[in-house]
Amino acid sequence: MISALFPPYVVRALQRVDPVLLAALSLLMFLGLVTLFSAGDGQISIVYRQGLHFLVGLVFLMLFSQIQSKTLKQFAIWAYGIGLILLILVLLVGETKKGATRWLYIGVDIQPAEIMKLAVPMMVAYYFAEKPLPPRFWDIIVALMLVFVPMLLIMKQPDLGTALLIALSGLFVIYLAGMSWWLIGGALLVLAVSAPLMFHYGMHEYQRQRVLTLFNPEQDLLGTGYHIYQSKIAIGSGGFYGKGWLNGDQSRLDFLPERHTDFIFAVFGEEFGFLGNCMLLALYLFIIWRGLYLASKGADTFARLLSGSLALTFFIYLLVNTGMVSGLLPVVGVPLPLVSYGGTSIITLMSAFGILMGMKKRKRVYHSDD
Amino acid sequence: MGERLSIKTERDEQQLFNARVIVAALVILSALLGILARAYFLQVRDHDKYTELSKQNYQKRIPVPPTRGQIYDRNGVMIADNRAQYVLEVVLDAVPDQNNDGRKRFSDLTLMLERLNKVVPLTEKDLRVFNQQVRRGSRYQPTVLKENMAEDEVAMFAVNRSRFPGVNLVRRMQRFYPLKSIASHVIGYVGRIDERDLTRLDSENYAGTTHVGKIGIEAAHEDRLHGQTGYQLMEVDAHGRHIAVLEEKDPVGGQDLILSLDMRLQIKAENLLKDERGAIVAIDPRNGEVLAMASVPTFDPNLFVDGISHKNYTALRDDPDRPLYNRALQGAYPPGSTIKPMAALAGLYDKVIWPSKRVYDPGFFQLPGHKRRYRCWKKVGHGSLNAQEAIAKSCDTYFYDLAYRMGVENFSGYMNRFGFGLQTGIDLTSESAGLMPTPEWKQKRHKQFWYPGDTVNIGIGQGYWLATPLQLAHAVSTVATRGKRLRPHVLRSVRSSKDQPEQVIAPEILNQVPVRDPGHWDLAIQGMVDVMHASFGTARAAGKDAPYLIAGKTGTAQVFGIAQNARYDASKLAKRLHDHSLFVGFAPANDPRIAIGIIVENGGGGSKVAAPTGRKIMDAYLLNQYGDEEEGEGEAPEPGESVTPLNITRKIDRNTDNKKVTPQ
Repeated sequence: MISALFPPYVVRALQRVDPVLLAALSLLMFLGLVTLFSAGDGQISIVYRQGLHFLVGLVFLMLFSQIQSKTLKQFAIWAYGIGLILLILVLLVGETKKGATRWLYIGVDIQPAEIMKLAVPMMVAYYFAEKPLPPRFWDIIVALMLVFVPMLLIMKQPDLGTALLIALSGLFVIYLAGMSWWLIGGALLVLAVSAPLMFHYGMHEYQRQRVLTLFNPEQDLLGTGYHIYQSKIAIGSGGFYGKGWLNGDQSRLDFLPERHTDFIFAVFGEEFGFLGNCMLLALYLFIIWRGLYLASKGADTFARLLSGSLALTFFIYLLVNTGMVSGLLPVVGVPLPLVSYGGTSIITLMSAFGILMGMKKRKRVYHSDD
Repeated sequence: MGERLSIKTERDEQQLFNARVIVAALVILSALLGILARAYFLQVRDHDKYTELSKQNYQKRIPVPPTRGQIYDRNGVMIADNRAQYVLEVVLDAVPDQNNDGRKRFSDLTLMLERLNKVVPLTEKDLRVFNQQVRRGSRYQPTVLKENMAEDEVAMFAVNRSRFPGVNLVRRMQRFYPLKSIASHVIGYVGRIDERDLTRLDSENYAGTTHVGKIGIEAAHEDRLHGQTGYQLMEVDAHGRHIAVLEEKDPVGGQDLILSLDMRLQIKAENLLKDERGAIVAIDPRNGEVLAMASVPTFDPNLFVDGISHKNYTALRDDPDRPLYNRALQGAYPPGSTIKPMAALAGLYDKVIWPSKRVYDPGFFQLPGHKRRYRCWKKVGHGSLNAQEAIAKSCDTYFYDLAYRMGVENFSGYMNRFGFGLQTGIDLTSESAGLMPTPEWKQKRHKQFWYPGDTVNIGIGQGYWLATPLQLAHAVSTVATRGKRLRPHVLRSVRSSKDQPEQVIAPEILNQVPVRDPGHWDLAIQGMVDVMHASFGTARAAGKDAPYLIAGKTGTAQVFGIAQNARYDASKLAKRLHDHSLFVGFAPANDPRIAIGIIVENGGGGSKVAAPTGRKIMDAYLLNQYGDEEEGEGEAPEPGESVTPLNITRKIDRNTDNKKVTPQ
């Protein structure tokens, strides 16, 4: 038995990791590496680097899975506070690359927005944890403030995609806390009405362009439309069974831009076809389902709300990326979770799954010999 | 922290949460099904469309142009060849970086060019054009650095090739005319395909072709010469780099043309016209093959192959001697007395004359009831003569009378049977039909009635009648064949390649000229033989001592009319106003092997200029006397040997005084 080979505290630590979810995540990461090998023109080095990201991600998953709900709850306010300060610092003294101020140099470049991806749902969940649920109106207003302040700071960078995703992770907590359907309906209505206004006054020209491209992709094939056009060709030409691994003409011959990162779904779709896509989405669906299942087994309100939000946010990443690559949604820089190349995103996501696993109700452990 | 929630609240919250999760799960499921539906539309429903788009992306069809067929004369002398032209091209992406840091800099390119310049001298113009193209083109596509490389430059680069990765020596085929200006009007030339060519050419078959026949044989037989374009289906990447060949089809080269021209005779003809303006057409009467077709002055067709410079073109275009103009095919001249044998045949056919009929020539002809005198060239008159004598002595009065009696409709109609007023249908482009006038034509063209005097002039090949040198040779060739009119042609045979058998173009009979009695042919031909050999023949000087029998007829065509009773002094007139000198004939008269038509513009009398020229052509062809002792050049080329081109392209030295000269 494994328990016999390791000291009891190691066994306990390992027991906190959900084996079902971990297996599904590992399978997904494996598929990611396989696809990346093809997208990287058969260069093995990029696969090694990504493998390293995964290993680091697994370490983070292990570490975060050890944290109990009540410990993390205490940490929430600190994480959120520090995150806010860093976001303000970014706007004051941050580094500017390609017209966006997103980075802070503290020996290494960090993106404070990444911290907020976890800190915002943690903070909102923390706020509701002590309140009776469903929440009262004013509690919802306060929670919305907690969401919108960091969102606005990130929008200023500007990084609309990340800002919206972070806001969504906070809003998911409010939703899961039990915000009344009437309020949700009203909010959606307000959003629907204000969307055209946002489009005209709240967006940058390039963002507007991306939205317009979505509705008329063939209009601007050499500019914004090129990415979507080529990725639709890649997916469409894959057909039912796909062109086969390493045989994607679109990616192999460099027609598909950003194919290691945001557009890797098109590489997958071209090489493994509709059949592959069905299986890939089924795997994602399973992971989300398992995340939600674990969330419902959460130790307390904070645990449930936070885990549920993390699982839903994972789904949103998936939806936004696949929707973008298949030409249903505008182009925003969101990677395909755990498949796209990139260390930051993988570490954040694996940490989130670690948290999700750690939030589970702990079985009372009886120590017979301790 | 301190508060403890009741068990009930705890359970309610769990239930509330679970409900929310279930709703969320349903939304997630439908959203993912939406993505899957999207994938279905792209990958299953529209799969064919995207497969096609994908192929358009990565498959590029590169046309492989065929090699243009070569052109030879009847003896195998090369007339039009394809010469390898070497071009240096640079693929920027393949130029190595000097610092070996994987980054390409502009300095890498300049350094390479500096080193290359020591091996192959690059002109400032080369570099300027190259730099312009570098800025525009792709770094993966070749950019031309130097064209038309000399042999030693090619050799120098070939030796040093390994030092210049990214620089490629590319071989291209270019049309080349080794004989330069000789027969340039017949051969024509190829030139770069322009907008106008694009509208008429098959864009698929010309996809890789840069040049097309513009005039002459090159244009007329473009279909045979060009061949079938092949292609390479290349796999390309997003940058246009060629990755692999997916599919290949070899081009089929154009057919080689073997012309009926004999370049020895052609050179001889052009040399005979040296320093003149004129044309000589020689036809083999037995099959209609054109043996020589000279139009002088000529031009060098090689100038046109790669785009003629503006300066050269202007010089050729504005030359008063019009070297670009193909006189043999397009020049329309009054045929003058050369048509008298045919006119006699017309009269015999129409029964206005008969062999024994005699006409008295007092030196002029008068229409009944008119005062105006139509003069015979011999002022004192020829006295009484029959048809054969009238031909031999070229009596104008006899033929004034003949035409007048016959009437213009009958006369013109008969002359059409000899090809006058019609295109001969030779296998060359832009042939002129000349003009065989009729009253309808005059009414339409000049809004005037046809006067009897017009008919009189037609009788001696003047008036409105115009004929091309080709028509003259063609008509006299038809006399030689006793009425069997054969379509003249320059193409003798074709072959698909050197080891393939030649397909000979069969002679084509256009029509048979009718006569009442076959003996009439003998009369006309005998009249022509008398021209050359009888003591009273007008061209007896030219026919003197010929070891074979010649049938010929001279002609002198007035450039402008001489008023009644006016005397004309050739020496006082500007050369441009001198009469055109003409000659038609065939030989041997009893077994014709060559028929010729000659015109020397403003050459003066036919018997003085054109007839001796005709004799030299006949001597050359029949007696193999191509050497020209007087001129010391025009060495006959041996078959298969390329000829040293003779510079007979004209320099402008003529009196270009074209003022209207009023006769005194």
